[in-house]
This record gives sequence, structure tokens and C-alpha cells, in this order.
Amino acid sequence: MQWTRKDLLSLYDLSGDEITYILDTAEEFKKVSERRVKKVPALRGKTVVNFFVEPSTRTRVSFELAEQRLSADIVNMQAQASSLLKGETLLDTVKNIEALQVDLVVMRHSAPGAQAFIARNLSCGVVNAGDGAHSHPTQALLDIFTIREKKGRIAGLNVTIVGDIIHSRVARSNIWGLLKLGANVTVAGPATMVPREFESIGVRTCTNLAEALEGADVVNMLRIQRERQTAGFFPSTGEYAKFFGLNHDTMKYLKPDALVMHPGPINRDIELTGDIADGPNSVILEQVTNGLAIRMAVLYLVGCVKK
Amino acid sequence: MNEYILKNARIIDPGRNIDCKGDIGVDAEGRFAEPAALKAPKSVDLSGKVLSPGFIDIHVHLRHPGNTLAETIATGTAAAAAGGFTSIVAMPNTKPAADTVGAIELLHRLTAREAVVRVLPCGCMTVGSAGEEMAPIGSLKSAGVVALSDDGKCVQDHALMRHIVEYAKAFGLPILDHCEEAKLSEGGVMHEGKWSVLLGMNGIPAAAEEIIIARNIIFARKINWKIHMQHVSTKGSVQMLRAARAEGVPVTGEATPHHLTLTDECIKKFDTNYKMNPPLRSEEDRLALIEGVSDDTITVIATDHAPHTRTAKMVEFDYAPCGIIGLETAFPLCFTELVKKEVISLPRLIKKMTVGPAEVIGIDNYSMAPGNAADFTVIDPEAEYVIDKETFKSKSRNTPFDGRKVSGRVVMTAVGGKIVHQA
Repeated sequence: MQWTRKDLLSLYDLSGDEITYILDTAEEFKKVSERRVKKVPALRGKTVVNFFVEPSTRTRVSFELAEQRLSADIVNMQAQASSLLKGETLLDTVKNIEALQVDLVVMRHSAPGAQAFIARNLSCGVVNAGDGAHSHPTQALLDIFTIREKKGRIAGLNVTIVGDIIHSRVARSNIWGLLKLGANVTVAGPATMVPREFESIGVRTCTNLAEALEGADVVNMLRIQRERQTAGFFPSTGEYAKFFGLNHDTMKYLKPDALVMHPGPINRDIELTGDIADGPNSVILEQVTNGLAIRMAVLYLVGCVKK
Repeated sequence: MNEYILKNARIIDPGRNIDCKGDIGVDAEGRFAEPAALKAPKSVDLSGKVLSPGFIDIHVHLRHPGNTLAETIATGTAAAAAGGFTSIVAMPNTKPAADTVGAIELLHRLTAREAVVRVLPCGCMTVGSAGEEMAPIGSLKSAGVVALSDDGKCVQDHALMRHIVEYAKAFGLPILDHCEEAKLSEGGVMHEGKWSVLLGMNGIPAAAEEIIIARNIIFARKINWKIHMQHVSTKGSVQMLRAARAEGVPVTGEATPHHLTLTDECIKKFDTNYKMNPPLRSEEDRLALIEGVSDDTITVIATDHAPHTRTAKMVEFDYAPCGIIGLETAFPLCFTELVKKEVISLPRLIKKMTVGPAEVIGIDNYSMAPGNAADFTVIDPEAEYVIDKETFKSKSRNTPFDGRKVSGRVVMTAVGGKIVHQA
């Protein structure tokens, strides 16, 4: 197939074929990082701006390395949404970046839809590195890539995502991607964080962890933010770990060869116990490795699209 | 002023229960008159047109003083005239807020200088609409306000609200309340429901509106005074309002054209012209609102005309201000979606844009009866066209209806017999 999008904003926008095409492309790029010389000239002469309006370390480092391995020229910019509000608008800022003949803007922002908004108003490509609780397409792609690599398929697998679903862009992106590729998706966690409305698109919702994990091929344990406790979503991290954490007792509901995933950073002994995070079912570090391949594939596809 | 006769129109005058072909005169004083009573009138042929009393919008933000980049009294009232509105109630959330006699006097001065339709001032319920201290309600009444509102905000202190309703009653001022429980809506940017969940946006639950509707019904019943619910948006609100009205509680409600025509699904492209407060709700809510319009639970169509500059709206959805302009699209949208689709008849739509709002603000006998001020609107019910925001008289362009195909055009508007808009 021919890739035709200048932007990657959300997996909701993509077809199953497009998602598979990214995964296939990433397989090729994964090999690059395994070579002695970890670099290809795919984006040589192209300029990528990493514009992080919301701070990030892990995702930014992954994108930067991906860009370097594709031989792109890189500029990093950080800003606070609040300071943008006071002075220059977001659109003016990115228009100024574009005026420097930049090819791609990789952006993270706390406001849902911020990348879609600027992508509509720019001719250069935009890659969403996370927009509030809305979307984090490269994270979902790397999760799905890891599942496909380990299980050989996505269709028909039972995938359970556990935790703060309502505030999670990782959950939303995984849901769209997994549904489009034919997986059975369950989301689970405290009732305050698992909106029933997801059932309208064919996702099972669950507030009992045992039920959610029963027969799962994959479980993705989302990070729980401690500030949600003070906001009244659950009583304590201790109670959270007790009812929604993955431990030796709850592991038994999973299929024996189930994959345990986590988008990081992990709160050990809260979302999952340390020994499970480091155990044989865990693919948490492989997710990180695969993130590089996925980001190389995405940057290559949108960066080389014919405009 | 020259006398004239409006001839051959379909006259729809809900205040007198009239719907017939005929002629209406306008005398030298700008009042409606029997044609036979005029001496040498000119005649204006309105064959094929509908002649209605001038529309009244009891929910308009004129932004003047405070944000004249978005709207002024001149442009806002020109937009009103273009939309067929001859009287508009100016919400008090200007800068400074209309919470003092001085602010109302300033509005009178600005209006005298540049308004082309009648601007009826609305005063704040609380000082600065901060919800803490009662505004000088008696003095505001003396200065000429027709109602009280903290629109955009909602008094959260129920004890204070109770006192405001009791005190306002003694001065004969109705309350126009923006119903929103602030803790429930805090941080919300759209309706809480399927689409907020799918889009990962903070939701404003229906309960935020409904809790305050319930409170207001309780106070209106106990105090026996008029509380009008602004921009009713949820099914639960409609149900409570219906039950309360059936019981005889003096409560009324308004619906905006946008809540009657759009839903939260529109937000999936993150266009800030779909951001308003209360937010666009679910399809179920929209249908309940239409039902409320149809069975007269909702007696008022109001626009919540809320101009914002392009700069203000060209930002991330989370940071955009709420609201859209509505004066120039209200009639064609309601005519297309309510009358053409046979939800209500044209006379009933006109009633909700004339007598309904007039009753809320205490204007009795609003009609085209001889002797009344000749405020009227002429409609071409056959016109079909595409809304083009670049033709708007409003200074702002923040509308989600640009490019929408509609029927029914306001072709003439007159205030006190003087023609202020002609298309």
C-alpha cells in the first residue's frame, strides 16, 4: 500500500490496513537498531522539531533517538502551555517553526486535539506524541507491535487494560488500534475510572479484576497517578494495589503464557508487584525497545509522504 | 415619519391569536394602526411574506463595554436587526459588570448613541457576578434593568440565592439563571458522555445543570417568584421543568438554536466553534429538548449570542472561550429544524420568539395591536440559502453554522416603525 498521510494524530483516524503497514515497516526498522551501525539515511536532509508543551523524558528520548537513527536534523523545544497562553498563541509558535522550513513537528501537549488543530493549519507533518487524555498513537502502536511479535497475531486475542482508563491516552489509543485489528478488548479498574461509555464501541468494561483477567492473553497495567487519589477517584494506593494490582494471586486468572505490559514509568508494588514486572511474562522493556522501531517507522512514513 | 401600510402579508400575531392574510398600518408616531385610520399612507407589498411582531432575544452578550474587539452595541444590535430581533436583553457580564447604577447608565448612553434595536439592560444578581454579595437590586431596578442574571456563572451559595429571589420579587424583577453546579462542572470542556469519554476530554455532567434546576424550582415554588432557566440543555432538566410547570410553579425555560440542532459528537474534530456552556449535549438530550419545545415546557427560544474574536477561538479546545454568535442564524435554523420538520407550526415558533420571551421579562400584551410600538419582522418563508458568516453584521464570526443550508429568511426588521434591516 501507499502511505498518504502527512500527520499521525490518532489511531481512530487510521484503517486496520494502515496500522498493519506501520507495524510491518517497524519490523524493518527494528533491524537497524540491531546492527553495528545503527543509522540509515531515510530522513537525511529533513528537519524534525520535537516540541514538548507538556514535559516528557521517556517519549522524547525515544523520538530523538529514532530521528537520529534516521539521520534527521533535530531541534528540541520545550514550552509551558501556560506561558503560551500568556503570550504567543500555540498556532503562532508552530507557524514560526514551520517558517524555518521544518519538515516534521513531533508534539506533546496537555490539551486533547491540540495536534489536530495545528495539523489543520500547517503544511508540514505533525506527529502526536500525546495530547492530554485523548491519544498517544506511537505508544499504542509499540504495544500492538510487541503483542504481534510475541503472539503472531492480534485478531481474536483477549487484551485487558487495567487502571486509570478515564484519564489515559494510552488506553484510548490501544482501544482503537486493537479493535481495528480484531482483538477483544476489556478495560478494568475502579468504577470511578472506567467509563461505561466505552461499551458503545464494543469494549467490555469491568470493575472486578479477576473477571477482567480471566482468560486474558495480554494485560496492560496502566500507571496510576497519585494525584487521582487526592481528587477522590480512589481511597488510597494501598487499596488500589489490593483490588486492582497485579500480583501472584491475580496472575493466576491470566493464561499461563500471557504477556504483562506497562507503558511506564512503573509504580512497583502498586500497579504490579516488582517480581511480576521482572518476571517471565513481562515484556515491559521490550516495549521500550520496540518504541524506537515504531517511531522510526512513523517518522519515515509521514516524513517521506508525497505532498 | 411617514405613515405606511404593510399589505398582503400573512399576519402572525400570537399575542392576539391572529394568523390571517391582511394589512397592518404604521402611523406617524411609529405605532401600529388600523389602515383605515391613516390619511395618506404609502404601501409596502408583502405578498408571500409573513409579518410577525419583532423578535425578542432575552439572552445576548454585547461585550460592550469590555471587549469591543468582539462586538459593540452598534454591531451587536445590527446583527440583531438582521436576525429579526427588535428587542434584546443585554447580559450583564461586561467589563465592568452591570452591577451598579453607573454601569446601567453607561449602557443607556451607549445604546442611545449607537443601538439600532431596543437594548433592555439586565443587572447582575451579585456584585461582579462573584456569587458572594447581593448586587444593589433595587437601585438597578430604578436604573431600568428588566431582569437579573449572573449569566456565565451561577450563585453556588443556596442561602444567598434564596435571599436574592425573595428580594428580587419585592422589586418585580425576574431571575434569569445560568444553571451550573460549579464543583461538578469544574475543569469540564464538553458534555460528559460517550464523546467526552472517547475523546479524553473533561466532561460537564448533566447533573451539574440539573441540580441547580431542581434548586431553582424549589425556591420558585416556595417564594412564588419567577425564575427563568437559561439555555436548558439536558433531558433531566426538561423533565423537571415540565413537572414544575404542570404544578403551577412560576418557572420558565429557554432553548438555544444550537442545543436544538447540534450534539456533542460535533466536537470530534476539536473545532472550538462547538465549545459552549452549557455544552452541546447528547442526541437523547437534544431530542428531549425538542420535545420540550413541542409541548411548551420550553416557551422561549434565545440565542446566547456570545461573540469572540478569531484570535480567542483559534486556540487549543481546552483553552478556547465558550460560546457562539446566534442572532443572525436563530430564525432560519429554528424554521428549518422545527417548522419545516413539523415539530411546531410557524405561529408557535414565532410565539417562542416574541410573546414567550416578553412574558419572562414582564412585557404584557406584546402584539401588533393598534397603538403598540411598531416593532415588526418580515419573513420570507420560501427563501432557501446557505449561511455565509462573511455576510454577518456581527463583529465576530464564531459560528459552527457557516455553510449550512437553511430555509426562511428575515427580509425586513423595523423598530418603532423605522426600518432597521432590509434584505
